[in-house]
Amino acid sequence: MDDFILRALLAGLAVVLMSGLLGVFLLWRRMAYFGDTLSHSALLGVALGLMTGTSMNLWVMGVCVTVALLMLYVQHNPALGSDTLLSIIGHSALALGTVALTFLPNVRVDLMAYLFGDILAVTRFDIALTWGMAVIVAVIMVWIWRPLLSLSVHAELAQVEGVKVWRISAIYMLLVALMVAVAMKVVGVLLLTALLIIPAATARRFAKTPEQMAVFAIVVGGLALLAGMGLSLQLDTPTGPSIVVAASVLFLLVQFVPQRSP
Amino acid sequence: MSTTLLAKLEHIGLNFGQRVILHDVSLEVYPQSILTLIGPNGAGKSTVLKILLGLQKPDSGSVWRMPALRVGYVPQKFHLDRLLPLTVERFMGLNLRRHDAVAVRQSAEEVGVLDLLPQAVQSLSGGELQRVLLARALLNHPQVLVLDEPGQGVDVTGLSELYQLINRLKQAHGYGVVMVSHDLHLVMEATDQVLCLNQHICCSGQPEAVSRHPEYLRLFGDVRAAGLAVYTHHHDHQHDMHGCIVPLADEEHQHG
Repeated sequence: MDDFILRALLAGLAVVLMSGLLGVFLLWRRMAYFGDTLSHSALLGVALGLMTGTSMNLWVMGVCVTVALLMLYVQHNPALGSDTLLSIIGHSALALGTVALTFLPNVRVDLMAYLFGDILAVTRFDIALTWGMAVIVAVIMVWIWRPLLSLSVHAELAQVEGVKVWRISAIYMLLVALMVAVAMKVVGVLLLTALLIIPAATARRFAKTPEQMAVFAIVVGGLALLAGMGLSLQLDTPTGPSIVVAASVLFLLVQFVPQRSP
Repeated sequence: MSTTLLAKLEHIGLNFGQRVILHDVSLEVYPQSILTLIGPNGAGKSTVLKILLGLQKPDSGSVWRMPALRVGYVPQKFHLDRLLPLTVERFMGLNLRRHDAVAVRQSAEEVGVLDLLPQAVQSLSGGELQRVLLARALLNHPQVLVLDEPGQGVDVTGLSELYQLINRLKQAHGYGVVMVSHDLHLVMEATDQVLCLNQHICCSGQPEAVSRHPEYLRLFGDVRAAGLAVYTHHHDHQHDMHGCIVPLADEEHQHG
């Protein structure tokens, strides 16, 4: 196997691991818009990185974390009308990033690679970064699993029962922000949320417990990754959309399987 | 009634913008005693519970809870997303720091929902859900049980049973109860103290006294008279002086 395929596969698996663990909660808490806002904002980080000529990864992480904190604030102040505001933040950042990129004089930017992902662009450093992040996400998610599940079921009930709702919620949102920052290269900013949502939704069909659903989501994500990358390499299609197409096909296929209760 | 005070609200006030939600609301919670909040929609009943639970901060007044007070809560609205696969057993166990199958079964048996444990939470009927929520609330041996309309979705026969259950377990667990309820006739039977709320406290005291209070009658009409088959004479509740028949010596009457 070619070296670059192996690199892409390794980085992709780390991303799938993270998106499975984090994606189920995005579904349970009905926060798909959160993933969208974050990933769209990531492009602003790319532009800032290129403009300043400094580490792009740091800029993307910085922008994503800032947006996550902003959203956390909005979420706890319902008077602000969260959905609309978040949509405005996300799309403004995406538009601003895109516009800024075209004005960079000396840099030839492949916008498609950022919007839709590019397996060829994955470096050894990216692999180290994604796996480092995947380990952090996995460890912290195991650590906060129970209180996070509890607050996803009913936030006020969890708070009365002693869960530090605000703190746990903040940790989770920061993890999603960091995951988005490192996963951008594999799937691209436009379809990142799909990778968080579709494998988790597919896994629901087979899962009897919340934990099973997360594990199945990782498996489904892995299958979609393999199929999507195969498609992308064979037909020279962009990576992100190919992986999402594969995930969608899996989602459609399992709809014919009778659902297990509960 | 024991003298150990479990929790207390003093002169609570809350506004949302220009709108007064609560004005000068005070109450005290004691062990083995049931305090019921009644009042029309939008009277601020659920808000009082949330302030008592620490979920909402009041603009004025003070909230006091006994240090390390264990609280069980049955919220008014409970909806679990269909995409979250959760059995009743797992759901109940989430109240504990670590899942304890024995404790969960014990609590479920006490409330009569043992059969429901392997079912999906989403498959429960309204009445079943209320019992499961109660069983979950009882799991960490609460000293105060806060129930926001525990009777919603429960059919007529189940309703009386549910309130009897809450009353019966009160002896065994020794908890104090604060609840919001719309089931006036049942509440009147099984309550130690009634607090009639409409932004401010209209009247409070023992059920028998409150049900004769002019403020109560103005809000709810005469429940006892309406229950009778023959109801011939007309009341003008604004000026009706039912209260004259029974002296209301033991109650506080506060006006905002």
